[in-house]
Amino acid sequence: MTEQAFTEGTTGTHIEASGLRSLAADFSSDRQAFRSISWGKAMMWIFLLSDTFVFSCFLISYMTARMSTTVAWPNASEVFALTIGGTSLPLILIAIMTFVLISSSGTMAMAVNFAYRRDRRKTAVLMLVTALLGATFVGMQAFEWTKLIHEGVRPWSNPWGAAQFGSTFFMITGFHGTHVSFGVLFLLIVARKVWRGDYDQERRGFFTSRRGNYEAVEIMGLYWHFVDLVWVFIFAFFYLW
Amino acid sequence: MVDVPLGPTGVIAAPDVEDVELYHPHSWLTKYVFSQDAKVIAIQYSFVALSVGLIALVLSWLMRLQLGFPGVFSFIDANAYYQFITMHGMMMVVYVLTALFLGGFGNYLIPLMVGARDMVFPYVNMLSFWIYLLAVLILVASFFVPGGPTGAGWTLYPPQAILSGTPGGQDWGIILMLVSLMTFIIGFTMGGLNYVVTVLQARARGMTLMRMPLTVWGIFTASFMALLAFPALFVGAVMMLFDRVLGTSFFMPVMVEMGQPLDRNGGSPLLFQHLFWFFGHPEVYIVALPAFGIVSDLISTHARRNIFGYRMMVWALLAIGALSFIVWAHHMYVSGMNPYFGFFFATTTLIIAVPTAIKVYNWILTLWRGDIHLTVPMLFALAFIVTFVNGGLTGLFLGNVVVDVPLSDTMFVVAHFHMVMGVAPILVIFGAIYHWYPKVTGRMLNDPLGKLHFWVTFLGAYAIFFPMHYLGLMGIPRRYHDIADMAFVPPSAHALNAFITIVALIVGATQLVFVFNLFWSLRHGKPAGGNPWRATTLEWQTPETPPPHGNWGKDLPVVYRWAYDYSVPGADQDFLAQSQPGPTRAGSGSIHG
Repeated sequence: MTEQAFTEGTTGTHIEASGLRSLAADFSSDRQAFRSISWGKAMMWIFLLSDTFVFSCFLISYMTARMSTTVAWPNASEVFALTIGGTSLPLILIAIMTFVLISSSGTMAMAVNFAYRRDRRKTAVLMLVTALLGATFVGMQAFEWTKLIHEGVRPWSNPWGAAQFGSTFFMITGFHGTHVSFGVLFLLIVARKVWRGDYDQERRGFFTSRRGNYEAVEIMGLYWHFVDLVWVFIFAFFYLW
Repeated sequence: MVDVPLGPTGVIAAPDVEDVELYHPHSWLTKYVFSQDAKVIAIQYSFVALSVGLIALVLSWLMRLQLGFPGVFSFIDANAYYQFITMHGMMMVVYVLTALFLGGFGNYLIPLMVGARDMVFPYVNMLSFWIYLLAVLILVASFFVPGGPTGAGWTLYPPQAILSGTPGGQDWGIILMLVSLMTFIIGFTMGGLNYVVTVLQARARGMTLMRMPLTVWGIFTASFMALLAFPALFVGAVMMLFDRVLGTSFFMPVMVEMGQPLDRNGGSPLLFQHLFWFFGHPEVYIVALPAFGIVSDLISTHARRNIFGYRMMVWALLAIGALSFIVWAHHMYVSGMNPYFGFFFATTTLIIAVPTAIKVYNWILTLWRGDIHLTVPMLFALAFIVTFVNGGLTGLFLGNVVVDVPLSDTMFVVAHFHMVMGVAPILVIFGAIYHWYPKVTGRMLNDPLGKLHFWVTFLGAYAIFFPMHYLGLMGIPRRYHDIADMAFVPPSAHALNAFITIVALIVGATQLVFVFNLFWSLRHGKPAGGNPWRATTLEWQTPETPPPHGNWGKDLPVVYRWAYDYSVPGADQDFLAQSQPGPTRAGSGSIHG
């Protein structure tokens, strides 16, 4: 946004501004408050702001529950340990999951890059890789859930301490996992459109009857990075605390 | 503020804007039912919201019948009474007021007033309405399930909301309520993103933020707040649903119910109250800010005078919006939270009075020496100011911890919030409908019927809610099914209750006059023409009335001035429309900071 200049009509008034002046220029301009931001991108940013409040409420509720409960909280590094080859490795699964999800953000960023270059195939392939990594994450989460359920963790109780441990764990990771799953679904849809060349031919969407363009990849990327960022907070507050 | 210069002549050049592509409907079904036109969606939203409003009105009648004549109507037992309270409150606050202001007026007015062809994502906008309808159907369905709707009170406080002593607590009622709320929030988010992005990114040439009519500012600020406030309710609803369905203990402490210890422990009922009011208090302003905006425009138009202190009006809206997120716990003074919180929240609550007072003074100064036309919309707007000041003043009582503690859970609270967030916004809704109906249908609403509707509603609302303050000061508790056996209640209180009930029945019945007027005028109203109120804003300058899909015909409008050039000396008419070229008057919202 700092590069943005204020242009008024066709009169040629063109003022380069930077910093606060540029922000003020943006906000006092007509038509658009953010000159270089498309409608779709603006909507995704504001949606993510709203979603941030959802996750914040979940995490703050979790912290409140953890602090106000009368029974001791289970020890995360013991609960989330995996025994591999006879040794118990604390947080190993979650470390791999986090690595996978953050890697998927990398492939997503590359996909966005190739989308800008109108490189249909590379974009689609990288989006598929992103979707695959996302699906792997959800798969490992399903594995983690299964393991915990076998060990007796339920939303209403668990063998080690405060019942709220299971409640918040399933609720928050479940809600995040749902976000990732929807992300995978939409990644596949957008990847298909990219592969088929919908955005080059300006083909109309099935539901909306509107033409799309390559910006859909970037908007998808915004969502995907957000889901990734949220995971970092969940990881920090749930597994490391 | 930074000065951003206009072109050398101070006049904006002809549009060089690439036009948007509209999706044109192919059949009757896509034109009138699954329509993507914001105006059709607005009418759908308004129709459903007003219908829910009628249901909620009948529920209030039933409550009043019980309070006014306890024991006479045997079908209103304690359970039914609590169910009526709960459904009346939740319907009115969320499914009527929020949906009508944002979904109804927002959809109709935002694109027209900012000079857009439609909302930015018409398809998502359409989904928003259908999901809202689904939420309403889920809510109404709870009347027909075993156990009936939830009777937890509209605040749904746990643990009682999901225990067996509460109607619907261990039946379907509370589940349907929570699912309906979550559905509503999802639907609203789809609409809210549209409203916000359309205002930010899809305005006409020349329409700067500081030239927007205050109606748009109010709806925009409220939509943005709703996007940040509803998440807290969503999270609270999810957690309570889990408490009810999965047996978790988010909000459930150790409890003994009917002599039996429950299998719950360690939860925090206060947590729900914090989540609920982090939504609930902004919600008050989500309803109030659109009303503020609309009333500013009504007053300015019908007093033929520019709004006083436009910039301050905008900043006051934004300040109220921001402050409303840090006052929520003033609903919780007696909840058992840390008493020191009360000090902080009382302070922030009273600070809100400052921007609010700015708005009230500016409305009055707009009227000062104006050419006031006592049209029906103007009557409602004036009534709003009086009512809002009344309700606001009792808010000062309740915002102070020491005064609030004895008044908590009395009829005083009921009187306060019905004045400030019930009657006041609904007066604006009526005023706005009388004001914009001619644009929506091309015909005026009948004037004598409108005046009848106004006077009965306005005076009746005072006859209902003024005595309630008195009842509250007497110590009459709210949410009590029957106060007949309480020793301290004097007979005069019962007489007053009977009086309130009779007035409530009359006021309620008068709303049928309004409904009749809406349908009758559709065919028989006086043809309105394009701009019956001689208003400046863009929606009155459309080439056709009612505006067709796409609003503007071939060329998008260009905006040259702010929305309040009334009583302009030397002008052909006494006003200059926003789209009328010519030099701007000093101080009339030019781009110059």
